[in-house]
Amino acid sequence: MRAENAASVVDGNAAAGMLWDVFGTDVTALVGVCGGCGDAAPLAEAVVEIDETAAIVRCRSCTHTLFTVLRDGDEMRLVLGMLHEIVRP
Amino acid sequence: MTVGGWRPGRVLEALPATPSARILRLEVPGWPGSTAGQHVDIRLTAEDGYQAVRSYSLGSYGPGDTIELAVDEIPEGEVSPYLVEDVLPGDELEVKGPLGGYFVWRPGGEGPVQLIAGGSGIVPLMAMVRAATDAGAAASVRLLYSVRTASDAIYRDELGQLAGDGGVGLTWRYTRAAPDGWTDPVGRLDEDALRAATWEPSQEPIVYVCGPTGFVEHVADALVGLGHEPARIRTERFGGA
Repeated sequence: MRAENAASVVDGNAAAGMLWDVFGTDVTALVGVCGGCGDAAPLAEAVVEIDETAAIVRCRSCTHTLFTVLRDGDEMRLVLGMLHEIVRP
Repeated sequence: MTVGGWRPGRVLEALPATPSARILRLEVPGWPGSTAGQHVDIRLTAEDGYQAVRSYSLGSYGPGDTIELAVDEIPEGEVSPYLVEDVLPGDELEVKGPLGGYFVWRPGGEGPVQLIAGGSGIVPLMAMVRAATDAGAAASVRLLYSVRTASDAIYRDELGQLAGDGGVGLTWRYTRAAPDGWTDPVGRLDEDALRAATWEPSQEPIVYVCGPTGFVEHVADALVGLGHEPARIRTERFGGA
């Protein structure tokens, strides 16, 4: 599922583990609405750059950063970007 | 479904699958079971404490303490060469999961299901093929599997068996070289090949596409061009070409 570059470009499916550590449940099937272009898509379909300490989640339509997930030891942090709305379809 | 933190896992079997891939069966005590299509994160810890985490799809599904991965080696990779060439039964690693609630298939009330795999993207789709076969739903499932050559196909023998009478519909696409006697075109999947090997859009299949990013983008665009509803196309990409 993941190429082994320092930070590899995959999709939101591969961020499920880090996002679980933030929310305690799976959120990849939720639909995120981009505040940049208005595109609505499941988080699993977003463009994700990921390594051991961070996942950058970008809109597949306009490439704006929706949010970033950061790991610092046991602490998890989600930094909001262009993510405007979350919808459970 | 509970994921929790990292669980200790132990390698039970490491079986050759292709010249560059191995199937690993892991024993994970307390494993909560998984839905077809889900994945796990695997964490390896070196003697000096350095840790590396990678995501791998599960070829297995359902309950039980044993899970199955199929790992394709990325030559310059940090983790996959170890898992493909070095890991031995008895070796330990850590497992988190099951993960992912989007690229999953569950039996029950389904219409047609179209699976499209590129290379090692077959792994989560194999879990779906197994689940559909066990649920008596194989006749509603078609699989289109794109590989460079026949020897690059993970699960080739098992798929051949499951695609028998009344089983999953299976179409191979060879992109580099086909077996002797093969008469279909060889090369990248195009619209003609997709149209011939997949459920028609009017039958409203749910479509699962898994493979390298470029493959998934190409196939998903072509499917939309053929008239498939974008919302019925689920995709999973791994890195690489």
